[in-house]
Amino acid sequence: MTQSVVVQVGQCGNQVGCRFWDLALREHAAVNKKGIYDEALSSFFRNVDTRSGDNGPDIYKGKICSLKARALLIDMEEGVVNEILQGPLRDVFDSKQLITDVSGSGNNWAVGHKIYGYQYRENIVEKLRKTAEHCDCLQCFFIIHSMGGGTGSGLGTFVLNLLEEEFPEVYRFVTSVYPSGEDDVITSPYNSVLAMKELNDHADCVLPIENESLFEIVNKIHQMINAGKLGSTVKHNSLVTSSAGSAKTLQEKPFDAMNNIVANLLLNLTSSARFEGSLNMDLNEISMNLVPFPRLHYLVSSLTPLYTLADVNVPSRRLDQMFSDAFSRDHQLIQADPKHSLYLACALLVRGNVQVSDLRRNIERLKPSLHFVSWNQEGWKTGLCSVPPVGHSHSLLALANNTCVKPTFIELKDRFMKLYKKKAHLHHYLQIDGMEQSCFSEAISSLSDLIEEYSELDATKGVPRIDPSRLKIVV
Amino acid sequence: MSIVTVQLGQCGNQIGHEVFNTLCSDICGTHGLCSKKENESYHDSCKERFFCEEESGVPVARAVLVDMEPKVISQTLSMAARSGHWKYNSQAHFCQKQGSGNNWANGYSVHGPRHKEAIMNLVQKEAEKCDRLGGFFTIMSMAGGTGSGLGAFVTQCLRDAFPTSFILNHVIWPYGTGEVIVQNYNSVLTLSHLYQSSDALLVHENDVIHKICAQLMNIKQISFRDVNQVIAHQLGSVFQPAHTAGGGSGYSRNPLGSFQDPSLYTSWLNPQDAFNAWKTPRAFNKYEKSAALVSNSQFLLKPLDSIVGKAWNMFASKAYIHQYTKFGIQEEDFLDCFTTLEQVISSYTNL
Repeated sequence: MTQSVVVQVGQCGNQVGCRFWDLALREHAAVNKKGIYDEALSSFFRNVDTRSGDNGPDIYKGKICSLKARALLIDMEEGVVNEILQGPLRDVFDSKQLITDVSGSGNNWAVGHKIYGYQYRENIVEKLRKTAEHCDCLQCFFIIHSMGGGTGSGLGTFVLNLLEEEFPEVYRFVTSVYPSGEDDVITSPYNSVLAMKELNDHADCVLPIENESLFEIVNKIHQMINAGKLGSTVKHNSLVTSSAGSAKTLQEKPFDAMNNIVANLLLNLTSSARFEGSLNMDLNEISMNLVPFPRLHYLVSSLTPLYTLADVNVPSRRLDQMFSDAFSRDHQLIQADPKHSLYLACALLVRGNVQVSDLRRNIERLKPSLHFVSWNQEGWKTGLCSVPPVGHSHSLLALANNTCVKPTFIELKDRFMKLYKKKAHLHHYLQIDGMEQSCFSEAISSLSDLIEEYSELDATKGVPRIDPSRLKIVV
Repeated sequence: MSIVTVQLGQCGNQIGHEVFNTLCSDICGTHGLCSKKENESYHDSCKERFFCEEESGVPVARAVLVDMEPKVISQTLSMAARSGHWKYNSQAHFCQKQGSGNNWANGYSVHGPRHKEAIMNLVQKEAEKCDRLGGFFTIMSMAGGTGSGLGAFVTQCLRDAFPTSFILNHVIWPYGTGEVIVQNYNSVLTLSHLYQSSDALLVHENDVIHKICAQLMNIKQISFRDVNQVIAHQLGSVFQPAHTAGGGSGYSRNPLGSFQDPSLYTSWLNPQDAFNAWKTPRAFNKYEKSAALVSNSQFLLKPLDSIVGKAWNMFASKAYIHQYTKFGIQEEDFLDCFTTLEQVISSYTNL
């Protein structure tokens, strides 16, 4: 069994991360009835003997003593991290796993990346090593951050670089929250594009998330509940937005519902690596199957179901509805249109009481309406995990490598160029030690190249396929 | 005459477990529908073939379980032990932590050499326990990384270590549409390598078995367990002791060795020699009468051609190649594999 470490950077990263740990504990509590520290738990948690204080030894087997998250919490402001440490999750984090400062990054990627990066480099490396040492077999780092600000964006991508240097064999999965068009941080396009270059060069897989999509999902659920269509028959802990049943008993904060969705994404992504099933799908398999070319590693995710009704026995038709929903825009975590773009690859991670015949039936049913690239017409990767998420009898996570991310990147580039042409706010960046004009030109160039790669693939869509001629054998 | 089974990867281990389950329930079952003497003789022969006696009296499967991650093996071992009727040797397994990531190159070039000694040691131990070793039976899928890549490597090692033994590879052909996106690459690499070291490849196609479950057995929600049980039943009925047409009173023929007489209905083969019929009066697993057909024909030509075609198509665009080159399998290696398989396709087509 392998372990994963979560590195949460910046305000957004830490708020999402916090929800992740809460819901992870809730999920394991639902499955692990006997309180035994098992392999599934060990993938994200250490079991520490705290009788002799916080520095107790790790216990590898037997009863759960004190679970500690395999995480690093990094923020250049203290507010968010302090709140976590005063909240119900305080015992899950080790004080040695935190790196904080006071002044923040001023929404400036350069401050996060160059100033704080340089300042905290050794500290970060040391703490990463410590966390890695506690792992028997470290397989993956999960970075959670936003792209639009200064810390998550700048320092977060600095850490990404660091991870590649110090732990080249370990996978780097990045969950990135992209800014919306109406983002109130004026410089968010600069921050995002500068961060994109780092993601292009150093990440194995990126799961882009857009607040608009999360917001729409939250709204949809509210509407359904308020319209009385579901009413009391909805299992509240099944809502993909809910914290019900978790440690967080205080008033939910405004972003909690949205962050819970992202937390659920990560839980579903790692479910097959943690729990058993008839067709396992480990994290290294996700990277292997969904990334046909090194830089095309941006995956569109969609989660279903968003809630469960109280009736447990779900007939087949409802199951099929789950598959259809996964391909509907309502369930995606970014604003994009995969159905009208080109699929390079698609993965379906199913949890719960679903069998291979259900998978096959639905793939056959949905295939005709989707466009797959000519050299990967049957590009489906599937996984079956027996353990469903809390409150559900089954669930589906769809991950698509699809050219539909191109418009998102083009829009980002346009917003960047609007500012850059006028050299607006550029001095805030260039005055930072280590920053030069070339940082900007290289970053926009990298983004342009990426867009071009997607365009080339798009151009093949709909073109009648000519199969390359096979080798001819002289008999 | 004993057979040592090597179960490789998730698929290999899941199927292997069902096979031993089926064999054991056949032996333990009382529906012999034949004479007591006949039954005993069958009983002893089968047990000898697949199981080893232990002091506890519970038969121990002659098997080595290999996987690059622990979940499946640990499940398999415990399910067998819980059955009470048989079990695996608790020492006869080898696993690692990370898995092979569906990457053939990882299984073959990294895990293979790294773990060769440990795995072959376990195989050697099982082989030594046999009075008469009939040969090796490996179970693997082609689509993933461990069964396919490590499986190909282990088969090579078996050939090197036991040059005169019979090696039969049971290969699972993946569903046409996606279990694994790179399954066609993995399949091409596996088949071309197995051709060098194996004596025979026994193939089961997931699509075909799935149809059997759906149409012949009317199972509504087909699970992998259902699929594996059908496969196990078919394998069991082929491997169970049987009399050859030429008479002979014991069940001592090497079941694997018979594959050395392929049944080819071609113009240059005498029809009498072409068909080998084995009979046994003893019923198999509650079926009063059953027949199993194993054939070597052009049957697999179409699926093979299809896989090679799709893999070639993907290769032409260079998609996913970087995932293989980073573990040591280069484009030239791919080309060699394609060449080998095109030759096989050509040979079958020209029959």
